Amino acid sequence: MMHRMFSVVIVVATIFFVCAPVFIAWAPYESTMGLVQKIFYFHVPSWAAMFVAAFVCGIASAVFLFRGRLISDRIAVASAELVVVFGLIGLVSGPLWARKAWGVWWQWDARLTMALVLWMIFIAYLLLREYGGPGSEKLAAGVALFGMANVPFVYWSVNVWRTVHPTTNVVPTLVPGMRGPLWWSLVGFLLLYVLAMMARVRLETQRAALEQIYRELDD
Amino acid sequence: MRRFFTVALLIMRKDLRVETRSRELFLTTLFFSVSTVLVFAFGFVRDGRPVENAVAGILWIAIAFAGTLALGRTFERERYHDVLRALLLAPVDRPAIYVGKLLGILALLAAVEVVIVPLVALLFQAPLFRQPILTFLLLSLGTLGFSAVGTLFGAMLVRARSRDVLLPVLLYPITIPVIIAGVRGIAVLLQPEVDVAMARAWIGMLVFFDVVFITLSLWTFEPVMTE
Amino acid sequence: MASSLHQIPTTQECSDFNRVVFVDVSKYFGRRRALAHVSLECGTGEILGFLGGNGAGKSTLLALAGTILAPSSGEIRYGAESVREPGPALRANIGLLSHDFQLYPELTARENLEFFAALYGLDQVRDRSDEALRSAGLLSRGDDFVGGFSRGMKQRVALERTLLHAPRLVLLDEPFAGLDEGSSSALVERLQVLKSEGRIIFLATHDFEVAELVLDRAMLLRAGRLLPLSRAGESLRARYRDSMQRELKPRRLE
Repeated sequence: MMHRMFSVVIVVATIFFVCAPVFIAWAPYESTMGLVQKIFYFHVPSWAAMFVAAFVCGIASAVFLFRGRLISDRIAVASAELVVVFGLIGLVSGPLWARKAWGVWWQWDARLTMALVLWMIFIAYLLLREYGGPGSEKLAAGVALFGMANVPFVYWSVNVWRTVHPTTNVVPTLVPGMRGPLWWSLVGFLLLYVLAMMARVRLETQRAALEQIYRELDD
Repeated sequence: MRRFFTVALLIMRKDLRVETRSRELFLTTLFFSVSTVLVFAFGFVRDGRPVENAVAGILWIAIAFAGTLALGRTFERERYHDVLRALLLAPVDRPAIYVGKLLGILALLAAVEVVIVPLVALLFQAPLFRQPILTFLLLSLGTLGFSAVGTLFGAMLVRARSRDVLLPVLLYPITIPVIIAGVRGIAVLLQPEVDVAMARAWIGMLVFFDVVFITLSLWTFEPVMTE
Repeated sequence: MASSLHQIPTTQECSDFNRVVFVDVSKYFGRRRALAHVSLECGTGEILGFLGGNGAGKSTLLALAGTILAPSSGEIRYGAESVREPGPALRANIGLLSHDFQLYPELTARENLEFFAALYGLDQVRDRSDEALRSAGLLSRGDDFVGGFSRGMKQRVALERTLLHAPRLVLLDEPFAGLDEGSSSALVERLQVLKSEGRIIFLATHDFEVAELVLDRAMLLRAGRLLPLSRAGESLRARYRDSMQRELKPRRLE
């Protein structure tokens, strides 16, 4: 079941990623920003994938904490790692664009700060799991829950603090030719997230099975 | 419900009794926060005057650092002779233990702030007491939010390895909204013309944060503390 | 010693039980096995001893019985019902003496006892702690800080703290460690009284001489597993040696 779904997702995701460069190349050329504007097709989807992953991690952690389901812990750890990966893509692609648009690599802007904070919370989550010793997955689940609850606060606080980032309402005002490729890339990144998460969960499940075999061998 | 608060007060009184005997936490935390202020003074004072808006940040960083130190130590006391396990084994609602520890930490940080806030006001010529009620609200709500998260994390890290490093690693990113609201709120009060509406907005944000995070802590304390 | 204060409280809502059963209980910390496939049963008025070296899993077993740890697999039953989520009512009937004493060194012996008595919701906190100090033989030292006590004295206070609320299930981890001859025989007497009161007592020790005197049954723990205690040999020590040798022999042949 899991296997067949995995293959389907692989095929669909591959189609999306193979076609994406073509669509992005076809998309209208933005004259003021030039080629740098194309970063947009990576940047926005990677952040979207990061937020989805963070949300999934928070929910899965809550389920693990209160129901003790091992599978949800695996989903949580897989998602947390992907939060860090997608966040890194966003943090690398953002400044490349910002240098051209704002003349600086980094701005202490609401969205940037919030994304950075969220990214750091999930790095802290992974650090706790790595160095916390046995039983730290439960503690990490608590951290993830707090991390997720934190998103609106960080957003509100830094928003009042300062904002220069183009807001999400640029999306509806986009040239129709740009909108298509953006949605295409967005779906592509989300599929990539699902794919990577499924693979990671499977790895974690196998690892647990191996652990179980070790224990039985020990007995 | 009455028993819940009896237990919480019992634990707080125990903490305060231990603390009034040794004064270890109070003195070390206080000295540490004063040193922090001093270090920042070297960084942010130019030509004898502090950089604009630096005071609010210095104050809150001193409080956050002191809070982290105190949280680490207070749970080290519970861990030292494995007493935390004895508390968890007692037939009490476990969240009451959390509330008791939180009250103890708050009392300690309040004592530290009573010294550190006037000191910062004095050293940096900051008019912190122009709006005493707003200052008090910002400080107490901010400290409450920080300690609410810190007490939960401190308690759960008791059984983790490398707990000394992990506490700040986990605590700072999560409490960033408190720090932002606290710093901005105090900064508003220090401006030549106080924007009371803005200060109120930050206070509202802190109240909201405190409510959500205390609720979450009470809710997660039991499952997180079960090994 | 068995005054009215030490009767099992009946007014409190407590889920009392008459036996403790381990059903195939295992506990792992990561890959490290602390306890594997332990099954046992112990009823009221019985003192069950666990013998074994350091790291054999004795403390883990007691912590599991005390609901402080949750088993990785298997279940622990208190009385007829199996307890999924051990709550306050069950915990009120368990007393655990840990080898770490679980006392605040910055508080006096009396303050420690009064704190825990209040935490357990007991009445007449003052009288109870007085009586506890008396049976610990420390009435005159009651207002001294626990931090300044010797190991044996801490042990005695910790034991009283464990028994303050008259728990049904008494879990004692190395209760004889650090005790002098006098306190040791006092503890033996105390255990007899507890036994006659119908408590269920788990006792982890490696002191065979005293164990011989008090244990009704002994079980052998080695590397997290229960081993049958050999019947060959006169004394407990001889039986322990014999079982350990039997356990080691087949391994040597491999």
